[in-house]
Amino acid sequence: MKTDISRRDFLKTGSALVIAFSLAPELASGQAKPAPLPGSLNNNRMLNAWLRIDADGTVTIFSGKIELGQGIGTALTQIAADELDVDLKRIRIVHGDTALTPNEGQTAGSQSVENSGTAVRFACAEARDILVNAAAAKLGVAAAALTVNDGACSAPGGKSVAYWDLVADADFKREASAKIKPKSASEHKWVGKSVLRRDIPKKMTGGAAYVQDVRLPGMVFGRIVRPPSPGAQLVSFDEAGVKRIPGVIAVVRDGSFLGVAAEREEQAIKARAALKQSAKWKETESLPPSGAALFEHLMTKAKSVDSVVNEKTSAAAAASARTLNATYTRPFQVHGSIGPSCAVAQWREGKLTVWTHSQGVFPLRGDLAKVFATDPANIHCIHAESAGCYGHNGADDVALDAALIARATGGRPVKLQWMRDDEFQWEPYGSAMAMKLSGGLDAQGNVVSWTHDVWTHPHNNRPGASGGVNLLASWHLENPSKAPFPVDPPLPTGGGERNSIPLYDFPNQKVVKHFLPEMTMRTSALRTLGGYSNVFALESFIDELALAAGADPVEFRLRHLKDPRARAVIEAAAQRAGWQPNAKGDGARGRGFAFSKYKNLACYVAMVADVTVDRASGKVRVTRAVAAVDAGQIVNPDGVINQIEGGIIQSTSWTLMESVGYDRTRVTTQSWADYPIIRFEDAPQVEVVLLNRPQERFLGVGEGSQGPAAAAIANAVANATGKRLRALPFTPERVKQALA
Amino acid sequence: MADYTLRVNGAARNVRGVEPETPLLYILRNDLELNGPKFGCGLAQCGACTVLLDGKSVRSCSVPVSVAAKADITTLEGLGTIEKLHPLQRAFIEEQACQCGYCSNGMIMAAKALIDGNPRPSELEIKQALNGHLCRCASHNRIVRAVQRAAKEMA
Repeated sequence: MKTDISRRDFLKTGSALVIAFSLAPELASGQAKPAPLPGSLNNNRMLNAWLRIDADGTVTIFSGKIELGQGIGTALTQIAADELDVDLKRIRIVHGDTALTPNEGQTAGSQSVENSGTAVRFACAEARDILVNAAAAKLGVAAAALTVNDGACSAPGGKSVAYWDLVADADFKREASAKIKPKSASEHKWVGKSVLRRDIPKKMTGGAAYVQDVRLPGMVFGRIVRPPSPGAQLVSFDEAGVKRIPGVIAVVRDGSFLGVAAEREEQAIKARAALKQSAKWKETESLPPSGAALFEHLMTKAKSVDSVVNEKTSAAAAASARTLNATYTRPFQVHGSIGPSCAVAQWREGKLTVWTHSQGVFPLRGDLAKVFATDPANIHCIHAESAGCYGHNGADDVALDAALIARATGGRPVKLQWMRDDEFQWEPYGSAMAMKLSGGLDAQGNVVSWTHDVWTHPHNNRPGASGGVNLLASWHLENPSKAPFPVDPPLPTGGGERNSIPLYDFPNQKVVKHFLPEMTMRTSALRTLGGYSNVFALESFIDELALAAGADPVEFRLRHLKDPRARAVIEAAAQRAGWQPNAKGDGARGRGFAFSKYKNLACYVAMVADVTVDRASGKVRVTRAVAAVDAGQIVNPDGVINQIEGGIIQSTSWTLMESVGYDRTRVTTQSWADYPIIRFEDAPQVEVVLLNRPQERFLGVGEGSQGPAAAAIANAVANATGKRLRALPFTPERVKQALA
Repeated sequence: MADYTLRVNGAARNVRGVEPETPLLYILRNDLELNGPKFGCGLAQCGACTVLLDGKSVRSCSVPVSVAAKADITTLEGLGTIEKLHPLQRAFIEEQACQCGYCSNGMIMAAKALIDGNPRPSELEIKQALNGHLCRCASHNRIVRAVQRAAKEMA
């Protein structure tokens, strides 16, 4: 990727339909609140914010949602091609650019097809209507008489005019009305097909595909030296010595922020090592206890803000004949992107350009503007892909690092990639959590009461919050920024309480969130937020109750569940896996079931996992997983399967292997040797059954299998061995201990 | 500082004024502007930087340029292009064998070394050959299928 000329070209007017680019209508103050529009159209209401058509026969779709390897770029073009009646090949897509695209906040929470896809669908349907009417006027026929084929509008007599000839006649600089009904599923040519992803060929051939591949004239390389532990203060370092290292251009120290720029990358790495060696820090014990003591700390000692998430009572329900209690835990876990976070930054005449793999270029721009005390208009953030992130990793932080170093390079752009240990030690973690459940069974073995208490740190400390800056280096500067007071996303999606409300028809239930805003570790969004942990706990506990009731786990779930779509995925998963009711494990092999509707409002996933347990070594292997998924209308079936399959295998890794290591001062996890993840020999076989519902709206799917996979594995281990594991991860040591 | 003439993807490439111990990865990415090999860990733990030296799969983050200069270097770019794909590249596209694609370079290069030495690898042999390569998006099964597909085509 050389300079991004193609993107800058969009700013030129040329012969485009879109002359001016405006993202929101100018609303006079005091004007009535505008009518709600579907998806992200609601906050980005102009048609020309979403698409443009050029005289050269191309269609460009602008989306604030970015490609993370989840295939959103391909899915959006499928939707656009169908609504516009153009070939996929004509469509270009621009993602996440503060100068070009709508502001859709973060690309997170399995919401891209739901929000951006819905907006593109309605915007393109309306654009087609405008174009067809312009064609009708030009041809002197009724709009209804025209047929459209790849942008060519043809009248019955053979007269024809194409979209590209109507650039001067059709005006997209207007507010969307969403009054034009999108096509029905039966009219779709591309939606519902496993179209090959458009981003893959260049990635398989060494094309410029990532922020790491951005190369600019005069570019130099940056590296940073983080403190050895959270809260450590930089006392001294050998600045003169490091400056003598060949190639070093600048050594930057601002408070406890320390970094270097050099002509060559290996020189920057060498200088980093020298800085690291010479730096003296004042460290303090700021980290929580580890192991079981961590959860005791979180549940009994940490300052907690408690709220009732959900409560319902039924006087008619029978009394509990017996009650079960169980506590489940999940440690701190990392995102673990294979490519450490990276950014390229350049200052020119007080203006900053940053190439970034942030999931939210607009919020990042806002936080950078606060740090540099400048107007956001002076900062241009351009998204470029990186390795998969699975949430809020170091992407935003490294953008600030690069911008700080780039202030010292005399206008030369700086490419800065974190080293592996930077990522492991400083990325925000997925919060450690504890879930305490109790359930009451009546005499017939039905659940009549249920409580779920969850202790959690915040799950959303991304840039863009009011009252502070959520960028790591900003807290280390001589004049530090303040971190905003952490808040969790509210219900219905929720943060730490995500998926804690059972979908089962329990007559009495109470869910309480114990929010722990004073973080013992820096935490933020990791794929599913609290969903993974809550589903692990909830769906494990359902099995514990089923066992106590002497019921089959699948029958027990269905008995308590009315939602027909939930029942359908459960039945489909059981059928595909060949579920045998009440089958017992043989001591070494077992099978488990789990279900969830992600966020209680997105895709439905039911799963069966088969495991083997080596009783001598304690090693658990997941040999096969079968999932059934209802994601409403499916845009790209193979894309959905890819997400579900990847989610299951990644979750298997979290569930069996992963936890961050630390002592009271330092994080001790520094490399893959300290933090093993799943490999080829242990990845389960996965089968995915899709229940397509073309008449239903899109349901987000990217995170749907993470929670059910954990619970299905836990239930399979219990089925195999008769022992219930409640503390993640299920390492060989833990398993051996449980079996002893 | 030293100058080297590297043999990369069949062509002679001159590199001037670099330290002999410079990891090959930075020469390939920064001097020769090749995007295939990626920085993942710098510790030879993840495999994202894999290239072939005389046909053998190595971690370019941990091979000094002075050593690499004595061998034939093949990178992902040397296998094929979008217009003329190598069977492995075609198979990875057909199987949609990635999510983010950051690890794909290492997977394809390791698979190339495997198939060159063992044209009909079993599923287990493929998994063993790739076991030292990390994939965080968890595309493992698709990658194995892609290698099987390519091996079949190349046989």
